[in-house]
Amino acid sequence: MKKIHILLLLCVAIAISVLISFMGTLTTYDTVQTAREQPGKFIHLVARLDHTKPVEYDAVHNPNYLSFTAIDSLGEAVKVVYRNAKPDNLEISDRLVLKGAIKDDYFDCREILMKCPSKYKDDNKAVEKRLPHAGTTNRKINHLPGNKKV
Amino acid sequence: MDYIGESLLPGKLGNFFIILSLISSLMATISFFLSIKKPFENEKSKWLRVARISFFIEVVSVLAIFCILFYIISNHLFEYKYAWQHSSLSLEAKYLFACFWEGQEGSFLLWSVWHCVIGLILIKKARSWEAPVMAVLSLAQFCLATMIAGIHMLGIKAGSNPFVLLRNEMDAPVFLKPDYLSYIKDGNDLNPLLQNYWMIIHPPVLFLGFASAIIPFAYAVAGLYTKRYKEWVKPALPWALFSAAVLGGGLMMGAMWAYESLTFGGYWAWDPVENASLVPWLILVSGIHTMLIYQHTRRSLRSTFLFIIFSFLLILYSTFLTRSGILGDSSVHAFTDLGMNFQLLFFLLLFVLPSIFLLAYHFRSIPHIAKEEGTSSREFWMFIGSLILLLSAVSIIIMTSIPVVNKIAGFFAGEDKTLFKPLATGENAEHSYNQIQIFAAISIGILTGFTQYLKYKKTGVNYFFKKAGRPILVSLLIGVILLFFGNIHYDKQGIGFLILICAAITSSVYAIIGNLSYIGIGLKSNLKSSGASVAHAGFGLLLLGILISASKKEILSINSSGLAVPMGEGSTEKPGENLTLLKGARTSMDDYWVTYKTDSAHPQKRLWYYKILFENKNGIEKFTLTPNAFVNYKGVEGLMSNPDAKHYWNRDIFSYITSLPDPAINNDTSQYEVKQLKTGDTILYNDGLFILENLVTKTNLKMAGLEAGDTASVATIKIISKTKEAYSAEPIVIRRNNQSYLLPDTVNEVKLIFQLREATGEMIRLGIKPSNPKIEYVTLKVLKFPFINLLWMGAVITIFGFLMSMVRRIKLTYQG
Repeated sequence: MKKIHILLLLCVAIAISVLISFMGTLTTYDTVQTAREQPGKFIHLVARLDHTKPVEYDAVHNPNYLSFTAIDSLGEAVKVVYRNAKPDNLEISDRLVLKGAIKDDYFDCREILMKCPSKYKDDNKAVEKRLPHAGTTNRKINHLPGNKKV
Repeated sequence: MDYIGESLLPGKLGNFFIILSLISSLMATISFFLSIKKPFENEKSKWLRVARISFFIEVVSVLAIFCILFYIISNHLFEYKYAWQHSSLSLEAKYLFACFWEGQEGSFLLWSVWHCVIGLILIKKARSWEAPVMAVLSLAQFCLATMIAGIHMLGIKAGSNPFVLLRNEMDAPVFLKPDYLSYIKDGNDLNPLLQNYWMIIHPPVLFLGFASAIIPFAYAVAGLYTKRYKEWVKPALPWALFSAAVLGGGLMMGAMWAYESLTFGGYWAWDPVENASLVPWLILVSGIHTMLIYQHTRRSLRSTFLFIIFSFLLILYSTFLTRSGILGDSSVHAFTDLGMNFQLLFFLLLFVLPSIFLLAYHFRSIPHIAKEEGTSSREFWMFIGSLILLLSAVSIIIMTSIPVVNKIAGFFAGEDKTLFKPLATGENAEHSYNQIQIFAAISIGILTGFTQYLKYKKTGVNYFFKKAGRPILVSLLIGVILLFFGNIHYDKQGIGFLILICAAITSSVYAIIGNLSYIGIGLKSNLKSSGASVAHAGFGLLLLGILISASKKEILSINSSGLAVPMGEGSTEKPGENLTLLKGARTSMDDYWVTYKTDSAHPQKRLWYYKILFENKNGIEKFTLTPNAFVNYKGVEGLMSNPDAKHYWNRDIFSYITSLPDPAINNDTSQYEVKQLKTGDTILYNDGLFILENLVTKTNLKMAGLEAGDTASVATIKIISKTKEAYSAEPIVIRRNNQSYLLPDTVNEVKLIFQLREATGEMIRLGIKPSNPKIEYVTLKVLKFPFINLLWMGAVITIFGFLMSMVRRIKLTYQG
């Protein structure tokens, strides 16, 4: 056997072991119910914000504590605690991907990905809302934010 | 219906040139191809002439499309959807280019323009390789032309046309009016995150990298097709070096942009979009190394074919990943699905299948040397280096392709979640990359350090240790000193990973020292041929910068303010990473006292600047950072925050806003009470009186953000409270293009806000309302990045090294 063959075998072996160790770190997209069945296991939870329940966040008292209720695709609700600053567009998001694990009676969330009905995505429906309606007045006063001289 | 005020000519011209470019690129592809196939010289040259003319027409049409689209954007012709969707009147002129390539259509066009430039150079320089190489390039041009064609055929929409009209694409009642344009006051604007100067330059450089990567590929395919298996390597090498330099530069510019305008606190996040460009670069660099091996020893030709072909195929794969919307859930900055997935897949397969088939068909005929290389030869270790880059690339691309795996598995498993649960990256996605790539970093550092001291074919042991021994000792010494005094104690991932970091730091020091001393010893300071050593030393520096800045990154804004209350549930958790600053209150943060001093607003955009004063507790250092945030910007509710950093030679202090008071709470709903008054008038209110003392209307008021032609009126109002104390307020109104911009003034002492609504002659209309006392604060995150400048410096030096090698290889190819 030539050196090059040994090398290639070695490469394949490394690649396979890397792949196996990587597969081990992978996790799955779960629902509230399957997450509850395995508390402590890190999962991705696809859910949306429950607008009927309060969103608890007070940056003045503790900027690192956010709590809200999320509902998954099967309609099951869970309390979520996120120890970080509140993502500002949480309330308007369509869909949340919550990364974390069930801990006691709540979902201990490490990271939140938000899917917002953003105008920057080339979604015609969302963009259409930004068109003016016929009959709006031409005269428009633009209020500038703030009251400071700049 | 006849619409009023539309300018339709540019669009018609644009569409004409799109059709012309489709036809001419197809014509060029066919005739370049025929000129290879034809057996007789006169026929060959006839077809070559046709092909060249077609390609020139193609160049003219692509440039014309580019100019017309830019004309539409820069003149704010909002009847065109592209201009309306990507730009706005308030956008600074320099960002008009960024608008151009914000959309898919513009970025495809950019790619196409670079192909044109490269094609012209090839027609002039490529000689016998012109026809086959240009045939491949023209085919790519044809594919890109279909991407912006927007033709409906047999129920399939091919491409997305940049010249479509807003009224044809959108469904809104406003389009029922012939004068609809007068209602469309402004465009949708450029995404604020892209309003950064790197976004002007990063995409063109990256796309030049993409566009140039096709050239080595085209040479390889041409070599296979024309059975000139060996000759293509020499002319393709300068192009490969050029492409690696430019693609690498584009990548680093993207990293710079992420560092400066995104808020994940870093420059690299192993995001699929980043990975998708990094992987082709790694394979291309492997290919460059095997090309050099072939040039010097006639070995590794087969692997050269593999590397070079796959580097371009991976660029197509990454284009598919980022533009098909398949990354939706896993990436922050992919393009969205324009319904062109089949077309993109077709484009991918159109290049993948024939090139793989050609390679498989000819593989046995590609010459190779059966006798194996010696372990003491340079080529052996260079090849190992290429293999390591390959392994690194393969592991990255597999990890990035999880969404594709989910899609394919989901396609077979259907909706049944018990058969297949979609996979997701683990708890610490970044670390799962880091823990693998650190091995690549260690091996590459060591390999680049010593391999050049070896000679091709065979090296004497004594010779090697005489030359290479000292750099090894020096690097070990420097490495130990660095680790000892550098306080590297990154233990978040355990002691094993810390040891790996230490090993990687030492090996990257070796890469720097080894290559620098090779320039001195091995090349006797012959700088012209030291491109490789310069690139390697730069890469070592880049690795060192990555390792130090990442392992010594610190979060300074650990919540330690007196405001902190019990953290609620699970209060044993680590302290939070965000700190709230009340306006005016000096707060302790790490080595600093920080104070939220003031904020100010951009005159036209809903953009706020927050001035945060940092005072080092040592009493000497003092600076102000101004992170800014777009709040509820043009229909996007919420906060989009841009960081600000203080740069020192050895560290950056990096800060960004994570939370602001809810504007709905602070923007109280009470209405202004409007009064009409003229200079000298006095008006009584509950707690006193106020007088309009003075009214000035000027065209040249000294104010930031004021443009020529603006008129500003300033009213000076004197307020006298019941307690006989006097205050003054200066509300301002700015008139621009028949629009009024109001800058109200608040007098906190009497809790009133004055708003100048209109000023005509001596008369004004003044709005008055009570100001509610509000809590003003910002919540921010502050990070310290030590020695991040090493990384940027390393990147620049690496690119410079590539370019030095390229210049040398061009001379060898075209003069030798």
